Order: sequence, then structure tokens, then C-alpha cells
Amino acid sequence: MSQIEVQNLAKVFRVAERRAGLAGAFRGLVDRRMRDVHALAGVDFDIERGELVGYIGPNGAGKSTTIKILAGILTPTGGTCTVDGLTPWRDRRRHAARIGVVFGQRTQLWWDLPVIESFELLQRVYRVPEALFATNRDRMVELLRLGPLLDTPVRQLSLGQRMRADLAAALLHGPKLLFLDEPTIGLDAAAKLAMRDFVRTLNREEGVTVVLTTHDMDDIEALCERIMVIGQGRILIDGGIDELRRRVGNERVLIVDFEEGGSLEVLARELDGAGLRDVRVTGKRARIAFDAGAIAPAALIARVTSRFGVHDLFVEHPPIEHTVADLYAEHGEGDA
Amino acid sequence: MSRLKPYTAVVSARYRNLLQYRAAAFAGFVTQLFWGSIRLMILAAFYAAAEGPQPMNMVEVVAYVWLGQALLGMLPWNTDADFKEQVTSGAVAYDLLRPLDLYGYWYARTLAFRTATTTLRAVPMVVFAMLLLPAFGLAEWALPVPSVTGLIGFLAAITAAALLSTAITVLAHISMLWTLSGEGVDRILPSFVTILSGMIVPLPLFPDWMQPFLSWQPFRGLCDVPYRIYSGNIPIAEAANEIAFTLAWTLAIVWFGRFLLSRGVRRLVVQGG
Repeated sequence: MSQIEVQNLAKVFRVAERRAGLAGAFRGLVDRRMRDVHALAGVDFDIERGELVGYIGPNGAGKSTTIKILAGILTPTGGTCTVDGLTPWRDRRRHAARIGVVFGQRTQLWWDLPVIESFELLQRVYRVPEALFATNRDRMVELLRLGPLLDTPVRQLSLGQRMRADLAAALLHGPKLLFLDEPTIGLDAAAKLAMRDFVRTLNREEGVTVVLTTHDMDDIEALCERIMVIGQGRILIDGGIDELRRRVGNERVLIVDFEEGGSLEVLARELDGAGLRDVRVTGKRARIAFDAGAIAPAALIARVTSRFGVHDLFVEHPPIEHTVADLYAEHGEGDA
Repeated sequence: MSRLKPYTAVVSARYRNLLQYRAAAFAGFVTQLFWGSIRLMILAAFYAAAEGPQPMNMVEVVAYVWLGQALLGMLPWNTDADFKEQVTSGAVAYDLLRPLDLYGYWYARTLAFRTATTTLRAVPMVVFAMLLLPAFGLAEWALPVPSVTGLIGFLAAITAAALLSTAITVLAHISMLWTLSGEGVDRILPSFVTILSGMIVPLPLFPDWMQPFLSWQPFRGLCDVPYRIYSGNIPIAEAANEIAFTLAWTLAIVWFGRFLLSRGVRRLVVQGG
């Protein structure tokens, strides 16, 4: 049995619609017009123990709704979902004791308490035995470098420090499943890297299953072997990064450093356009985007090196943002 | 007892946290001192003009007034600003992430809220009214020293009052799941809580025709019962019955709160998206 099994999960929110203008406002008093918003329209997936899954999608696609249902704080309108055999919203308390949750947008620590007191309170709330608590606490303090922060009230922490403390707080009771909802939002580069290192360690060394939602594609590229993309309340793609890229075209980028500064015209003429999408030249460097389905990377490289003096070259995947933006566009979603 | 541990830990953390607000406590003390003096003067004037025996003697009235001023904060007259903020921001749904009974969790937090600030204000008020006033030569206006039985009965009754007051406050908190704002309940509560508990005028001084109603309503357990046990106006033999009365109301309100919360959680969850 998979650790998480989700079948045909649906969530409909009913929202009152406002009519425009004063007359509309008065009509609304006696005759409320309700509109159904389908946040989730039949979502299916299974997650195995020890997986590290990235869950992405544009704002309003249903990411957070899914996480909240899995965490047991939201009841779906249809479908089934079990986590370790429990239905999160029915067996809420038992379920809550087994999972860790971090919402990047808000802290679950007690605002006025020093970090260590929050931890001790959580120990009692989760009924963690003293010895286990001491082990977990010391490990978290070491891995997340929390030592100097323990006596500081949470409200005085910087965002990066607070996120580290929040992560530790979510793991003190030793959950085997961790939900991270936008854990890197607003963090600076160093803090993001530290966060990713930690999540990787947790997953690889302790075998903790991690479900991560994010808008930061670097998080995904750095961490996740499996990605689920949600749009308009449905799973659009469920697979590896490669599959994601394949679905939206096989674009690669060849970057070439010439020995002599080349010009765009010469380059375009010589390569006669087959399979090319976008060619840009700055100084001695050319950036050639091409369709790997229409022209094999090796063939393109051979053609370039046979005609120009090349100092260095490499092929790269386009940033995954582009891939995902293309996918959203394909499904008519997103703000971009 | 270990089943209660998470909840006692919540009470203790919140309690210690609230003890920090010393300036507010001092301001509260000064205000309550002022109102206490006014109430005493008004009641003294009534007693001077009254004919015939009254249901309470002046010493009992003085005790009633000072205890009321000392323990004013323990009345369920307002809601926790922290909780209000949590409801408006939607953060309240995140309380469901804890492996706790939601009502128990809220009750624990509210118990700390109701008692912590009161402790801070009650101690200086008792010191002032019981020790300083006689030292200034105002012994007849001072909070009398209770009898041993009176004190024991009072401590039991005031504990029951704290439990009752917390249950009522939790009910007010739960109502916010529907109203999404504490404004309304914060305005309605003080007016009938202060009158029906005896905080404005001691309940025995109300007209006779109101007494049957006054003696059965729950707010009586907040002030009237403990303060009259303190002064001996309710004899110690009757104290157990009166305390049982307070606890019975507490249980009823807890039950109703749990019922309401189980319905409210469904709404809470809908808003949580």
C-alpha cells in the first residue's frame, strides 16, 4: 500500500457573488447569488514511502487546497484520501500526531515564546517521550544551526531563522511524512540553499517522505525526482523532470564561445535554420535554442564546429520556469 | 493525569506569557480602585438612607465590592485579542494541525487568558484593600479578613467561577466562527455579565420579585456565590450546594460549546481555503 493514496479528490467552495452597483448591493441582501468554485476537480495520485515529490501549479490551481486536505484541516467535497491508512479529516488527531507540516506563509510557533519554550510546549502537545525529544531536538539544533537562536522570542527572528525554527518544530515528534507549503518563499539565497540541503538530508538519510509545494523552480530542480503539476484543479503531469520537459517540447540550448566574434547573420545563414528556435549573439558568445526532435544535438554541434573556430561549448536545458509557463499557457491558466 | 498534560502545558505557557503585561495590570489596578471607591460611596449612601433590615450588612457589602474590583478581569466580559486576530486572519484553522481536542485546546488557552491578568491585578488590590486601608485608619471600608471556613469555601467557589467564566468566554470565541469578528460579542457581553453576576449591584439588593430569576441564572456563580461565601452571607453549610450549582452550569455550557464547535469546525474548514 502506498503511503498516500488519493482518488478522485474534489473540493468545491461556494462563494457569494456580488452584483455591481448600489442596486446590486441591495438585491444581494435578499437574493444571494452563489457561485461554485472547483478548487479540485478530481485529483488522483499515490505517493510511496521515502519519495520527495514537488507539487507545483499557478496561484489558485489547487496546490494549497490539496495540502490542507492531506494535512486534515480541510474536508473535501468528494473522493477519497488515505495517509498511512488514516483518513486525515476523520482521524484528524491521530493523523496530526504522525505528520509534520510547515506553511511558509505563517509560523506555527508561539509568537511571544522563546524558540526553546515553543519546542518544549510542542513536546507536551505531541506527547513526545523525554529521551526521544532530546535526541530529535539536538539533531535539529545541529542540522539547522539553531543553537544561538533558542532563547530568542520567535517574533524577533529574521524570516530565514524563523523558517529554520519552524522546520525543527514540525519534526520534533519524528514524523515520517512532511508537508512543506512554499517553504522557501521570501528567503534569501543562502537561506534557500540551507533549506534545500536540510530537506535533502532528511529525505535521503532519514527516509522521510516529503511533499513540497513551491513557486521556485530551483527548489524543484535541486530536490525533486518526481513532479506533479496541477492546473484548474486537475493533475496535468505526474512524472520526472524529463517527462515535464518532453511534454512541452524538446527544447535545448546550445551555448557556444567562438574564437572570433561572430555575427548573427553569418551564423543564421550557415546553420540554415533547420530546427532552430532562437539565436542570440553577444560578443563572442552565441545562445542557440533548438528543437532536439528536429535536429540532434550532436549534429548541430558538428555543424557549428565544422564552420567556426570554437573555444568552448555546452548544451543546457532551458530553465524549468519556461517549461512550466509553457505548460500553463497550454492549459489556459496562470497570470503570466 | 498524563492525558491532560498537553492541555496543562498550554495553560502554563500562555499564563506565563500573559504575566508580562505589568503596565496594563497597574493601569487596571488604578482604574478598579477608583470604581471600587465610587461603588462603596454609593452603596454607603443607600444604606444610610435605607429603612429596616437589608439582606446584606455593610461589612458584607464592602467585602463584595472589593472582591469584585480585585477579580473583575476574571468575568467573561471580553474576548482574547489574539484569538480574534487568528479568526480574522484564518490562522485558526491551523489549530487543527495539533493532535489535540480542539475544544480542550481552546479551553486551556482561554483559562490562562481569564486568570493570568486577573492574578496580576488581584494581588495588589487585596493588599491595598485588606492591609493598607486599615493602616490609613479606614478600617470600616477595608476588605475584612475572612473566617477560615469562609476562606476555604471562597477558594473552592472562585475556582468553580474561573471554570465557568472560561466556558462562557470559549462560547464567545466559538461564536466568532460565524460572525468572524469579536466586535458584537465584546459589546453585548459586558452589559449583562456585569449586571447578572452582581458586579454592578450585589444581587441580594435587587427587588424581591427578581430574586427567583437571579438565583437560577449562571452568571451568579461568577461573583455573587464566591463573594457571599467569603463574607459568610452564604453560610458555609450551603456553600457546597452553591458551588455544585456553578459547576452544573459550567458543564452545561461546556457541552453546548462542544456542540457548537463541532458544527462551527465545518464552517471554519470551508473558510480555510
